[in-house]
Amino acid sequence: MKAARVFAISFLLAISLACAAAGWLAPSGYAHQFREIPNAPASSQHWLGTDDLGRDRFARLLYGTRVSLLLAPAAALLSSLLAALVGGIAGFSGGRLRKVVMAGTDLFLSLPWLFLLITVRALLPLNLAPLTSVVITFALLGCLGWAAAARVICADAGSLRHSDFLLLARASGIGGWRLVSRHLLPNLMPVIYAQFWLSIPLFILTEANLGILGLGVSEPLPSWGSLLRELESYSSIASNPWQFVPLVLLIAVVSCFHLLVMDRELPA
Amino acid sequence: MKKSYLAVFLFVLATLGAAWAQSPTQLRFCLRSEPKTFNPLLVEEDSSDTVRYLTGGVLVRLDRESQKLEPSLATAWKLSKDGRAITFTLRPGGKFSDGTPFSADDVAYTVQQMMDPSLHSPVGDTFRSGNGKTETKVLSPTKIMITFPAPVAGLDRLFDGVAIMSSKSPKKEMAVLGAYYIAENKAGSYLILQRNPNYWRHDASGRQLPYIDSVRLDIQQNRDLELLRLERGEIDLVNSIDAEYYEKLKTDKPALAHDAGPSLDSEHMWFNQIAAAPIPDYKKAWFQSTSFRRAISESINRADLARIAFRGHAQPAIGMVSPANQFWFNSKLQPHPFDQKSALQRLQQDGFRMHDGVLSDSGGHPVEFSIVTNAGNKYRERMATMIQQDLSGVGIKVNVVTLDFPSLIERITRTFNYEVCLLGLVNTDLDPNSVMNVWVSSAENHQWNPSQKTPATAWEAEIDRLMRAQASSLDDHKRKQYFDRVQEIAWEQEPFIYLVTKNALSAVSSSVANAHPVVLRPQVFWNVDELKLASEMAEKK
Repeated sequence: MKAARVFAISFLLAISLACAAAGWLAPSGYAHQFREIPNAPASSQHWLGTDDLGRDRFARLLYGTRVSLLLAPAAALLSSLLAALVGGIAGFSGGRLRKVVMAGTDLFLSLPWLFLLITVRALLPLNLAPLTSVVITFALLGCLGWAAAARVICADAGSLRHSDFLLLARASGIGGWRLVSRHLLPNLMPVIYAQFWLSIPLFILTEANLGILGLGVSEPLPSWGSLLRELESYSSIASNPWQFVPLVLLIAVVSCFHLLVMDRELPA
Repeated sequence: MKKSYLAVFLFVLATLGAAWAQSPTQLRFCLRSEPKTFNPLLVEEDSSDTVRYLTGGVLVRLDRESQKLEPSLATAWKLSKDGRAITFTLRPGGKFSDGTPFSADDVAYTVQQMMDPSLHSPVGDTFRSGNGKTETKVLSPTKIMITFPAPVAGLDRLFDGVAIMSSKSPKKEMAVLGAYYIAENKAGSYLILQRNPNYWRHDASGRQLPYIDSVRLDIQQNRDLELLRLERGEIDLVNSIDAEYYEKLKTDKPALAHDAGPSLDSEHMWFNQIAAAPIPDYKKAWFQSTSFRRAISESINRADLARIAFRGHAQPAIGMVSPANQFWFNSKLQPHPFDQKSALQRLQQDGFRMHDGVLSDSGGHPVEFSIVTNAGNKYRERMATMIQQDLSGVGIKVNVVTLDFPSLIERITRTFNYEVCLLGLVNTDLDPNSVMNVWVSSAENHQWNPSQKTPATAWEAEIDRLMRAQASSLDDHKRKQYFDRVQEIAWEQEPFIYLVTKNALSAVSSSVANAHPVVLRPQVFWNVDELKLASEMAEKK
C-alpha cells in the first residue's frame, strides 16, 4: 500500500505541476475559439483536438483541472472546519446540546442539496466574473457539505469524552481550551483528516454534476463538469474518443485521493 | 395419404400467401411525452397535437408544402365582406370513424364547444377577436354559417386547427373524421392508431386513403435512443431532429437525413428596456439606445453562429419573419452585416470610447453586461459563448449566465432582474396575428418592455398601429403592406436581435415512400394519408 500511496501522491503532484504550467504547456489559452477548426481531431497543434467551439481541449483540460484541484480542497477544508466545530462541540458537550445540534444536523442533511445549490446559484448576481462564480460555487459546497462529517466527528468526540486519558486530564485540573487543544483535538485529527480527504472527490463530483446541468462555472472558464458535458451526446463519442480524457483524469484523480485516505486507515 | 398431405400443403401455402398479401402495414415513430389530452379542443402541447393531427378531420387544410389552403371536409367556403362570418359547404355523405353520420350539426357543436369560455380552449382563443357570442346557423345538413362578434383576420385559415367532433356519437372525441382513430392506448408506453374505415379521402384511382393501415406512436423521451431506433429500423421517422443528430445521421446513413431548409423558428436575444427594472440607470440608457443595439447586432458574426453552433444547419437570421414564410416574409430585408468597424463608429457617435481594449460610455462606465439563457440548451450556451468572444472584439465584456428554466422565466417575466436574454421562438403559424401578443406594446409577451400602458417609444406606437391595422383588414395584400412595414421597423430598431433561423431537419426511413419533409409542422407526416411503406409497394408490384 505504501507503493500505492507513493504512486497516488506522484500522480497528483504531476497533475498539479502540469496545471501550474498551463500557460506554458497550452499557450493558446482556454477561451480562444479557433472557429475554422471546430471539433478537430487530435493534432500536433491541439493535442486533444478542439471542442465544438474550436477551443483547444488540452488547454481547457489543464485550466479546468486547475480550478477543480485548487478549489475542491479549499471547499473540503471549509466543510471539515465547520464539521469539526459543530461536531466537536456537540460531541464533547453531550447531553441536550448534542441532541439539539444533531437534530439540526439531521435536518440539514435532509435538505435536497442539488436543488439548494441550483436555487442559490439562481439568486447570485448576474455580473460575476467566472472565477468569482466558481469560488462562490465551491464556497457554497463547503458551507453545505459539513453535516455528514459533523455526525462522524460528533460520534468520535462523544466516545473520547468518556475516555480514560481525558478523565485523567480533567482530574489533574486541566479544563477549557487547554483540554480541547492539548487532548481532544489531537485525537480527533485522524477523523477530521479522513473527512477532509473524502470530501475533496465529493466536491469535485458535485461541481461536475452542476457543470453537466449547465449550472457550474461560467463560460469561458472550464471545469471538469463543463468538460464532461461533451459526453452527454453518446452518439458522437465513437468518432471523438478524446472526449473521454477528462473522464479518465477525473476517475484517476478521485481514485488517488481515495488511495491516500485508505492507506492512512489501514493498519501498519 | 399422399393426396391428403398435398391438400394440407396447398392449404397452408394458400393461407400463408393470403396472409403475406394482406399483411397490415404500420408506420412507427415516437412521441417525446405522453399526450395530455385526446380532446382536440384542449390541445396545448406537441404530443397531443400530433394525435389531433393524425385523427382529427378539419374543414379546410393548410397544405404544408404549398402553404395554401385546400378544401377538406368542406368543399367550399365563403367569407363575409365584414370578416365576421364564414359559410361552409360540407362534403355530403361523410361519417365518423364509428359510423355516426357527419353533418353541419357537428360543426355547430364543435364551434360552440370551442368558443365556450368555461372550456378555455386554446384553439378557441385564436378566434377570439371581440366580446360577444359566436353564432352558428345550420342552413342545411351540408351548409353552415358561423358568425363571430368581431372581424377575425385570416378566419378561414384558422379552421385548419379545428378538428370536428361528433355531436351525437357516444364515443365523444374518440369518434373522429381524420385518417386514423385511436385503437389502443397503453399509458406511458405507446398508442396505436388504426385506419379510419370511413375516411372521406380517396386517391386519383379511387382507392380509399390512408395507404398505411396503422400508426404506432411510442413514448420515447431520450433523443439518442430515438435516433438509435431509427437507425436500427425500429421506427420509420423522426419528425424533428437537431443539428448534432442530423450530422451524425448524415455520416452514418445519409439517405435518412432530410434538411428542408430554413424553418419558421429563430434564436434571438434582447436587451431589458423596462424603465423599472432593477439594473443601473446607465445600463438602461445603453439598452434603450437604438444605436447601441444596432452596434451590438453588427458586432455579432451570425454566419459563424449558424456554421459552428448549428453545424451549418441554420441561416443568419434576417428579421422577425423567416424566409420560409413565403407570403408574409418581407423579401426586401437583408441580414444585418457583421462589421465591427461600423459598430465601433456607431458606438462612438453615441458617446462610447475605447481605451486599452475596453469600451466605456460617456460617464466612464466600462461596458459590461450579462446574457442569461436556459441551462441545458447547448446551442444557446454555444451561441452565448461565441457572442461573448465577438463582443470582446469591440471592447465589451459579456458574462454568460445559464439558469434553470423556472428561474429564467421568473427573471424575465416577473422580477425583470436581467440585462440581456437569449432565447428562441417557435412559430407554428404563418399568419401575423399569431405574433400580436409579442409585438403589441401592451402585450405580456412584448418581452423587452411588456405590458406598457402607453407605448414607450414612437416606433413602438407605430408598430401597435400597424399590427392593429393588419388584424382588422380582410385584404391579404393590404395586410402584407402593413406587416412589411412592421418588419422594417423591427429590423431598424432591433428590440430583438435575431441571430439565426434554424433549418427544418428530420429523418425518414427509406422504407417510407411519398414523404416530402417540409418546414411547417408536422414536418414529415403532414401528408400521412399519402405515405406508403416499401413493404406494401413491393406487394402491389
